Order: sequence, then C-alpha cells, then structure tokens
Amino acid sequence: MTLEQLGRLSNYSVVSATIVLAFAFVAYAAQWGLARHVAPARPVTVPEGGGATVPESGSTDTGPEADRSDTAGGIGFSLTVLAELLLVIGVVTRGLAAERVPWGNMYEFSCIAIMGALAVYLLLVRLWDIDWIGALVTVFAMIVLGASMLFVYVPPGPLVPALDSYWLVIHVVCAILAGAAFLVGAAASVLYLLKARAEQNTPEDQRVGFLWRIPSSAVIDQVAYRVHAFAFPIWTFAALIAGPIWAQAAWGRYWGWDAKEVWAFITWVGYAAYLHARATAGWRGKAAAILALLAFSTFLFNYIGVNLFVGGLHSYAK
Amino acid sequence: MSAQRRDELATELGWREMARWTWRQLTSMRTALSLLLLLAIVAIPGSLLPQRGVNARAVEAYLTDHPKAGPLLDRLGMFSVYTSPWFSGVYLLLMVSLVGCIIPRALVYARALRARPPRAPRNLLRFPASTEIVTASPPDEVIAATRSALGHARIDVVERDGALELSAEKGYLREAGNLVFHISIVVVLIGVAATVLFGYRGAAIVAEGDRFSNVLTQYDEFGSGSLFDRDSLPPFSLKLDDFAATYQPDGPQRGAPLSFKATGTYSDGVDGPDRPFTIRVNHPLKVAGTSVFLVGQGYAPVIKVTDPDGEVVFDEPVPFLPADPSYTSNGVVKVPEAKPEQLGFQGFFLPTFVMGGDGATRSAFPAPLSPILGLFVWHGDLGLDDGRPQSVYVLDKRKMTQYMDADDPKKGFRVSLQPGESQRLPDGHVVEFVGLKQFARFQIASTPGVQVPLIGIVLGLIGLIGSLSVKPRRTWVRVRRDGSRTVVHVAVLDRVPRVDLPADLERFVQRMQEPLDEGEVSS
Repeated sequence: MTLEQLGRLSNYSVVSATIVLAFAFVAYAAQWGLARHVAPARPVTVPEGGGATVPESGSTDTGPEADRSDTAGGIGFSLTVLAELLLVIGVVTRGLAAERVPWGNMYEFSCIAIMGALAVYLLLVRLWDIDWIGALVTVFAMIVLGASMLFVYVPPGPLVPALDSYWLVIHVVCAILAGAAFLVGAAASVLYLLKARAEQNTPEDQRVGFLWRIPSSAVIDQVAYRVHAFAFPIWTFAALIAGPIWAQAAWGRYWGWDAKEVWAFITWVGYAAYLHARATAGWRGKAAAILALLAFSTFLFNYIGVNLFVGGLHSYAK
Repeated sequence: MSAQRRDELATELGWREMARWTWRQLTSMRTALSLLLLLAIVAIPGSLLPQRGVNARAVEAYLTDHPKAGPLLDRLGMFSVYTSPWFSGVYLLLMVSLVGCIIPRALVYARALRARPPRAPRNLLRFPASTEIVTASPPDEVIAATRSALGHARIDVVERDGALELSAEKGYLREAGNLVFHISIVVVLIGVAATVLFGYRGAAIVAEGDRFSNVLTQYDEFGSGSLFDRDSLPPFSLKLDDFAATYQPDGPQRGAPLSFKATGTYSDGVDGPDRPFTIRVNHPLKVAGTSVFLVGQGYAPVIKVTDPDGEVVFDEPVPFLPADPSYTSNGVVKVPEAKPEQLGFQGFFLPTFVMGGDGATRSAFPAPLSPILGLFVWHGDLGLDDGRPQSVYVLDKRKMTQYMDADDPKKGFRVSLQPGESQRLPDGHVVEFVGLKQFARFQIASTPGVQVPLIGIVLGLIGLIGSLSVKPRRTWVRVRRDGSRTVVHVAVLDRVPRVDLPADLERFVQRMQEPLDEGEVSS
C-alpha cells in the first residue's frame, strides 16, 4: 500500500469509528430510556470484584422492559468495542502513512486520545461494570472525533523539528493516559451528582428508571476517586516531570509559563484540590465532584482553547 | 491587680489567642483547599495576556493596541503575573499553610511509628465491617493463621479475660508517602527559586559567518536572577559557519519544516582551542556550565550601501524576523555613516516571492527559491545619539523623512531587489542586495541546581503514589475457646472510609480460614 492509500484508509477508519460511536451512543441512550419504568433491583457490584452483590431494594429485576434495556446496553458495549477497533486501525495506518508516531498535531492527538479513553472505559466496564457512563463517554468521543475531522484535520506529514524527540512518546502518552482516566472520572462524577441528588430527593416508592439500576452514589464516588487517584500521579509525571525535562532540552528552560504549561498546572492544582476536598469535612461528596468536573473542564480548555485560540510554544494544532 | 494591668493582660491574651486562631485557620485543610483554588484562578490571566518574561515584544504590541486598558492592566501586574505581588502572595500563603500542615503531622507520625497498635475494643461485632467465625482449631492456630493472612503488619497479641486478642495495624507508608509528597513540594519550590535567582537566560541572533562571544552586549534579550552577577558570565565564544534548514518539498504539507541544524566552531574560555559543534532543536551545546539552544531561525540579507562618492558606508548581513511559517520577514536597516543625512530602511524579505490574487506580495515557501527584498527609505536623524537604548528592529522615525516616489508623491520610494541587484536612491546612495545568509536564534541559559527541583518532584511522585495506593488498616481479632470449638470475632477499620470494606473483610477471612478446620461463618 502506498502512503496515500494508508492515509486514506486511516481517514475512512476514523470516519467509520465516529459513525459507530454515534450508534453506540444511541444504544446507551436506549439503555436508559427503555428502563424508565423499571423498578430497581439490578445487583450492585462493588468495584474490585469480590462478588459482594447487594440488591438495592426488594423488587425483582425481570420483565421485558428490563431485558430490553440490558440488551441495548450490551449492544452499546459491542458497538463501542467495534469503534475502538476501527480507531486503532485509523491510528496505526495514520502512523504508517506519516512514517512516525501518530500524535504530531491536534487532529492526530484527538484520535489517539479518544482511542485511549475508549480503551480505559472498556477495560473498566470489564473490571467494575461501569457501563452506566457509556452514554456520556460515547457522546463525548463522537463529538471530539467529529469536530477534529471537521475543524483541525491535516493530511499526514512530517513532524515539526521541535517534536523530534523520544520525549514525544513519554510525555504525550502519559498525558493521553491521564486524560483518558480524567474523562472516565468526570463521567462518573456527573453520574454521582445525579444519583446523590436523586437519593436525597426521591421518595422510596418513586424510585424507578435506569438511575436506580446503577450502583449507589457511594459506590460511584469510589469509582470516581479510584480513577482520579490513578490519573493524578500520571498527570503529575506528564505535566510536571516529563514536560519540564523535555522543555529544558528543547527550549532551554524547564518551566516558562507558556499557555499550555499554565493550564496543565491549573489542571494539576484542580485535581489536587479534588483529592484534598475528599478528605475535608463539608467538601466531601457534591463539592468534591464539582471540583473534579471543574478540573476536567480546565483539561479540556487546555486541549481546545489553548490549541486554537491562545497559541504559544505548544501550538501544534495545524 | 489594677484594672489597667488586667486590661493589658487581656490584650496580650487576645493577641496570643488571635495569633493562634490565625495560625490554626491558615493551616486548616479548608484554607489550604481555598488557597489551592485561588492559585489556579490567579494563574489564568498569565495564559491569556502576553507576559514580559515570555514575550516582551508581544506585551509592547498589546500596550500599543490597547492604549486605555493596557496601562491599567500593566499597573495591576497583568503582564508579569507570575512575579506579581498577588500571585506571590497566594503561593507564599500556600507554602506557609503547607509547612504548618507538615510539621505537626510529621510529629504525630513520628509518635505513631513508635506506638503499638491500639487495643481491641470491647465489642468487635459493633463495627460496620466485622464478622464472627467458628472453627475447631485451637486459639493459637487461629492467631497463627491470622498473622499469615495479615502479611506485613505491626501485630500485638495479648491475653485478656481468657481470650486471645490480636491488634494489627498496617499501611504506615500511606502517611509517609503523604508527608514525602508535601515536603517535596517545598523542596521543589525552593529549588525553583534557587535556579531562578542564580540563573540567567538570554537570546542572541547570529548570522552565518558571525561570531558570538558570551558578554552582555552581544545579547538581544537578557534576563537574570537577582543573585546572578552579570559581570561573571562564563567566557566562551562560538562562530556559526552554516545553518541548514530543510522543508517538505511537496505534498499537502509542502513547506513544513523538516530539520534545522546549526554547525560551526566554539571555544571554551577566553582563548581555548576551537572545537566543532552541531546544534539542533532538542540537542543543545553544553559549554562552560551553560547550554546553547537553537530556538529560531530566519534570513539575513547582506546589504551594502555605497555613498555617491563610491565609499562603502554599510556592508553586513541584517536579520529580518520571520512573521509567518513561509518566512515573510520584516526588518530594519540603520545606516548611521551615511552623509550628509543618516539613512534608515524598513521593509520586508520574502524567500519565495509570489504575487497574490489581490496584488499583494507574499512568500509561498520557506526556502529561498526566488528571494526578494523590499525596502522603504527614510533620511534624517536615526536618534542613536540621544542616549536612549533603541531596538535594532524598530526604526525611530520621529526625526526622519521618507523618500517619496517621483511619479506618485503619495507612495513611498521603494527599493525592490533580488540577490546581486542594486538600486540608486534619490540622494545618490546605492543599495545593493549582495547575497543571502541565514541566521540562527540561540537561547543561552544557565540553570544551576536544576537537579534540586527534579529530584524533589520525582520523590514527590513516589510519595504521592504511596499516599494514594497504600490502605491504612486496623484489624482486631478476638479468639475465645468455647468447649470443643473456637469462636473468633474479626473487625477491620480503615482510616479512609471505603464502601468495599465488607468485601475486603470477606476475602481476609477466607484467607485466614484456609489453614483452619471447618466451621461455619456468620455475620
């Protein structure tokens, strides 16, 4: 295959992955919608396995509506797996077409970051059964991929000289991994806020719908915390160790308050605040979850806003 | 005691109370949290507005473009956010809060390290995570099984009221990691302060064939820490022989840079031997305790100006600063030797000249395929002698007059040259575009003690991982022989509340029961 053909194959794969993600989102949305009259009883699996299943209340989990909801969820998961496979093909062929690592500009970064995010999501669905964030993850992935193709697409080409370093692998892969976990953490925090509010406001006998088929807010909070606690040290390494070491070699200073650096620092401070909030009376729970979402929005701003509107030394968008 | 004395005492107490209250507030978690959030917020303006320490020229441009808001923002320190009093204030308060948090916690931890695990409470089954098991094995076997199931932990076993009581504590490394992480932040901040105070950083533009010596006057930009002695720049020099740039020749990414390479010779010390060097992006030259980085490049047309008598008054490469990825470049030529009036040129250089559809000229490719130099000409006083420092990239036109076109007095007189061409000015001077050189922009930096923050942050990361992954856990087991069977009560307690503690307890009890004789479990 020629480089052009590989490049075209990559584009087709990314387009297909985006379309499949749209269907996955529809399936996950159906999983919610179909269960809107179903009373709770889905066993609540505590993360980290162990088989401790505690039914949340007495009613049964059978019935055609519950079955249809479960089927929709299964389809959503399968479609997400398919989208991930297509995206892997897209990213690999992109790298082959450009004859280098496939994360040299914003378009490529978006593709591989979403690939990483879906991988973390799928892995955690297998481990902790967290397909209740599927709708959020797939719609986010679909929007990012679609917008990247529309607004920041560039054909495969060489790396700018500043990126020609092995730190490109270390620094960027860690940033992607942390970002993937931050996304899962943010989705779990959204669900936590929804569930915690519902637990407070909904009387026992009105508790129907998908929200009552997912784990309790305490379990969701713990999922969010675990994911963040995994991501935070990786982010620390990517932004505050690997980044400065590379910057020292490339630009002659390890920290220069470049816009990307400032926002990476703000994200770091935001997640540090989240971790502290979870250990502070009065901040635990809702406030901490909101902090996690704020921190994630600073991460997103760094990726979108700083790349496209602010500029600076890290502007590899085009 | 007089009333006055009492008042004094009360005030004194009040002050002491006040100080203690302030200290307690400052070192509370809530304050630390608020300061962290505040730090994130005050860091934002520095990323949205140009900063003097990052790009001084952008700040000047901003001030020119915003004559009203600019000076106001400047007075607020918005163009040097990260050295402003308010930013420093927030992070210094955070430092104090941090130290105030670390010291008492370190003392508590030191005591906890020597302490034994707390004794088992009376009723273990009252704990949310607790269970009762019954086995045929004798109590000492149960204790032995518990020890092996616990693994590495601090364990005490005592006999009390005819029962064996085991207390275990593990996960001391969590708090150790926590302390290491927070101490390392202090180390990092001190290390960063030291590298800033004792370090320096400057940038210099060197054209092919030119020599750079490490003295202050040769820098275009220079900044140093307040504890750095500007007269003690380490002596070294380098001569740029060749600058090689390659660009993507075709395809959709045509013109994208592929590689930049600066080669030449350098000498360490005042008159050391010449050694060859190659500097590329990401591969600096290390010499005399400093590093020389390649951070930019551009074109320096060699311009020669001859006066009407045939005497050469100017002949050197002039760097034109690139303004876009195709190296559409802008520059200024100052000819103070021109007589009777000084001459100043301002214009552009295009490496690959094309005429756009709108009649405007621009550069289509970064390599010099069809270079062109376009200049407008001013005559008068360049203003170099009034003692004020002047940028070499800005023409001070206040005492100068532009030469206008003879046919159309509204248009400026324009010099347009390709390499080798020359043109006569209205006053008889001749401008020649002799040839084209490239220049390299080097950043020369010394960051002494840079290892301190690096080691600090690496230790901090290790501590962080420990503090986030180690589970601090207390386990109590009470074993009582009851006839032919042994009744065992087990309770576990985590310092950090977790929802999966019951599942953990179940697994622990399973491990514990493996070597024991059969018995039924009841919660």
